[in-house]
Amino acid sequence: MPEETFEPKIVAFFCNWCTYIAADLAGTSRLKYAPNARVIRTMCSGRVDPQFVLEAFAQGADGVLIGGCHPGDCHYQEGNYKTLRRATLLRRVLEAMGIEPARFRLEWISASEAERVKTVVNEMVEQVRALGPLHVVAPEDVPVPHLREEVAA
Amino acid sequence: MRMPQISGSPNGRPRVGVYICHCGTNIAGIVDVRALSEHAATLPGVVVARDYKYMCSDPGQELIIRDIAEHDLHRVVVASCSPLLHEQTFRNAAAKGGLNPFQVQMVNIREHDSWVHADRQAATAKAKDLIRAAVRRVALHRPLERRRVPINPDALVVGGGIAGIHAALTLANAGKHVYLVEREPTIGGHMAQFDKTFPTLDCAACILTPKMTQVRAHPNITLWTYSEVAQVGGYVGNYEVTVRRKPRYIVEDLCVGCRECIEACVYKEGKTRDEFNLGLSKRKPIYMPFPQAVPQLVVIDPETCIEFKSGKCKKTCVEVCGDRKAIDFTQQERVETIHVGTIVLATGFKVFDAQRIPYYGYRTYPQVYTALEVERLVNAAGPTSGEVVLRDGRRPESVAIVHCVGSRDENTNRWCSRVCCMYSLKLAHLIKEKTDAEVYNFYIDIRTPGKGFEEFYNRVQEEGTHFIRGKVADIYPAGDDRGRLIVQAEDTLLGKVRKIPVDMVVLAVGLEPRPDTQDVRRLFNITCSTEGWFLERHPKLAPVNTFTDGVFLAGACQGPKDIPDSVAQAGAAAAEALALIDAGSVELEPYTAFVVEEDCSGCKTCIPLCPYNAIAFVAETKKAAINEVLCKGCGVCVAACPSGSITQNFFEDEAIFEEIKGVLAHA
Repeated sequence: MPEETFEPKIVAFFCNWCTYIAADLAGTSRLKYAPNARVIRTMCSGRVDPQFVLEAFAQGADGVLIGGCHPGDCHYQEGNYKTLRRATLLRRVLEAMGIEPARFRLEWISASEAERVKTVVNEMVEQVRALGPLHVVAPEDVPVPHLREEVAA
Repeated sequence: MRMPQISGSPNGRPRVGVYICHCGTNIAGIVDVRALSEHAATLPGVVVARDYKYMCSDPGQELIIRDIAEHDLHRVVVASCSPLLHEQTFRNAAAKGGLNPFQVQMVNIREHDSWVHADRQAATAKAKDLIRAAVRRVALHRPLERRRVPINPDALVVGGGIAGIHAALTLANAGKHVYLVEREPTIGGHMAQFDKTFPTLDCAACILTPKMTQVRAHPNITLWTYSEVAQVGGYVGNYEVTVRRKPRYIVEDLCVGCRECIEACVYKEGKTRDEFNLGLSKRKPIYMPFPQAVPQLVVIDPETCIEFKSGKCKKTCVEVCGDRKAIDFTQQERVETIHVGTIVLATGFKVFDAQRIPYYGYRTYPQVYTALEVERLVNAAGPTSGEVVLRDGRRPESVAIVHCVGSRDENTNRWCSRVCCMYSLKLAHLIKEKTDAEVYNFYIDIRTPGKGFEEFYNRVQEEGTHFIRGKVADIYPAGDDRGRLIVQAEDTLLGKVRKIPVDMVVLAVGLEPRPDTQDVRRLFNITCSTEGWFLERHPKLAPVNTFTDGVFLAGACQGPKDIPDSVAQAGAAAAEALALIDAGSVELEPYTAFVVEEDCSGCKTCIPLCPYNAIAFVAETKKAAINEVLCKGCGVCVAACPSGSITQNFFEDEAIFEEIKGVLAHA
């Protein structure tokens, strides 16, 4: 592998009922996509605490993807609306921290949209690859100082 | 990091066993499973790491059970397929070995890795990251107990077609009380509109109407027609369902179904499109969909009834009803709330709207019919008393049947509707029998994979029906004095274009999801396939289950199906519901959230976030409290709590932080 090829690491939070199932379906359909995403399963995208996203960036993720059910389709009625609300605020925080918008993505992917898992992951990997590695400060200087203590506690 | 201390373990750290599944070559073909187990063995806390051909097999599970004893394991990580497939399997194995079932973590290296990546090195690296994350996470797993809740033995069946009828009868015969809710004024569904059924040519009414009557008479069935489910709340075993019962302006208990009111209506002739006959006849404002309707009740259509429109009708219907007093123009919609433990959805399909393919001329040329319309024409109880005649009363001498209309077509629906080949053959036989017309089948492929289907196809061929292999490209007037239409197709067997003049064209329309499928799906909190059919939990292993426990699927709402398959699936759905009901109780996943009281500041942020009103503010303590019974475990409040005082079982912040660190830690 030529050394200039940068392989971004993407942390993906997928909800149990829509996007995780879609990713399973991508598997059973044998769709091929970029191997850069690492999926963490939560029951609802609304479980994704903004701290998870910050922690992922702090730990060296080059991008973070959240996948949830389409608006109106949440297994828990409206959890994804809370996700949307948080993501909107979080995006501003990330921008203020100098993290490019393309590194954080929220996508609605229903259980049947395997093809979309493939497209979204591929797209995101390409966009983040173009941006290059995330220049994060040393883990000790994580922009949210109390986070580190809390996790360590 | 809060690490549970285990006495008798080095550093007090939980002892972890890691198991990598080859899944034959499904995983091992792409991922270097040996490298994975070697890597896993080096991870902190791991005391044993193995890879094995099939972890889900008995010997695979035995491996875990034995290791728990021999290596004194406290935690187990299994890297194999999706947890949605085998999490339960490995939790059970761990429990057999003496662990709490929730001290297991699964890693999805098949669906999310080996099946979606082609690069061996990258796929192996990804698997290592995921396993590392799981090993770090599992160390924090606390023992959890599943909640056990009782199951309400009553069941709800939605949709009164053949699938819903069969499911309802099966449940009722097993002694369970069933609510059967049907939107139309009668049960029977599409099957009630058919004449004969393929391939046996049984008369549809002869086999269906006795079952409809049984439903009506069954002491365990509450039948609500002209009704729709409006709201669904609760969870498996304990659903609360609201049903809207539309007014039919007839007092059900007083109407005897004599139909004298229809006769007496001030309208001497019907003026309204008869839905049951697909507009091939007219009905009056007061009507019964068809003579064998169940229940045997008339219904008044307020849109066309003069009394509703002007209030100045002579009300001859009321007059003739007399002492029975069954007509009530003031009837209002009623809303009923019922409690059931299980739900069977049998909401059926709609036929493809042939107008979407304009060059087939449906509704442009009166000689073009859909197959369902022809079902009504050949039906002895239909608008022409079983005579196959054109709209002008003439008997057709030549008929073209166009297959795959709205099926197997990139421009409309890509799927095969499964029933059209066979019903086309059936209609070919019936039309030929009744009219002795020349019948031309224009087909792409003839698909007859069913018991007795191929034999029926041979029979129809021997009867002299013509088969032309070609997709019809155009239908246009021949311009002759018979008013015939030219059906044009390229015969792919002869390699030339055929233009055949016919008196009648039958479009073999495919099956589609009902237009309100998405609303129904949301109502019952289930999922749909891309095409819009209700999605089963697993295509092979759980074909009648949905992702919502206690909600089952029957019939064509799950995908195109013929009558035998619909009935078989309805029986299966009823059996699955019975298995739940007869177990008496059901275990719920313990993924609920709870408030750590000493950390709660009483800010009330969480309270409005909960869609289930499971969080209350306790005035005495000035803290929030979560009602575990109402909590469904989404974790929205956990993510929102500013003081971090809410914890979600199994999805604890610490566990997820460990997972994040694990996937990102460089090997």
